[in-house]
Amino acid sequence: MTKSAKNRIWLASGAAALIGVGLVAAPALAQRDPAYAAARSSGQVGEKMDGYLGVVGSGNAQLRAMVDDINIRRRAVYAEQAQAKGATLEEYAFTAGCLAISRTEPGEMYVAHSTGQWTARTASAPDRDPRCP
Amino acid sequence: MTNVKLTTPAHRAHKLPGTGSNMGTKTGRAIVMGVTLLGPALLGGCIKLEAPSEPIVIELNINITQEVIYRLAEDAGNTLDENSDIF
Repeated sequence: MTKSAKNRIWLASGAAALIGVGLVAAPALAQRDPAYAAARSSGQVGEKMDGYLGVVGSGNAQLRAMVDDINIRRRAVYAEQAQAKGATLEEYAFTAGCLAISRTEPGEMYVAHSTGQWTARTASAPDRDPRCP
Repeated sequence: MTNVKLTTPAHRAHKLPGTGSNMGTKTGRAIVMGVTLLGPALLGGCIKLEAPSEPIVIELNINITQEVIYRLAEDAGNTLDENSDIF
């Protein structure tokens, strides 16, 4: 076996090891916090058309704090992505809102386009802004 | 026949002490300023500002075009997937 052939084997095994580490280290997609998941499914919080989460009704301080926290994190993500795509924060957030409303599950709350009111998602398509994709 | 009544008051105003072309002294200016600043206050109650009972909703989304939304849709979908803990 020539020296260069040995080097190639080493490189190949090294690369394979790195790929293996990469697969192991790849973080599993984070799940919703249990409190958030519970608030969604019980209809205490819902998706608004502007891409942010809202408290349905007056809620309570704990609920509002949780929603604020999530919205701050959403806004940071929107701002970063909007800049990358050459869009405004509002444009990106609105687009995300369209999709977030689409992805609500039956029983979850969202703000309906035609009424502007909190509405429970049914099995049928949500009432979204006509511009939504 | 000319309308004397319309022009006469204008002349009289200039002749008032501390006003118009006669206001050369510091005192004159102070009086004019005082009247200017205090005037609205003295008239008090002409403008009444009240907070509306209904919240003011400013619709910022009306300028967003469908074209832009469609351009961003795929990326936004990925963003929702990649940040599934906050969506």
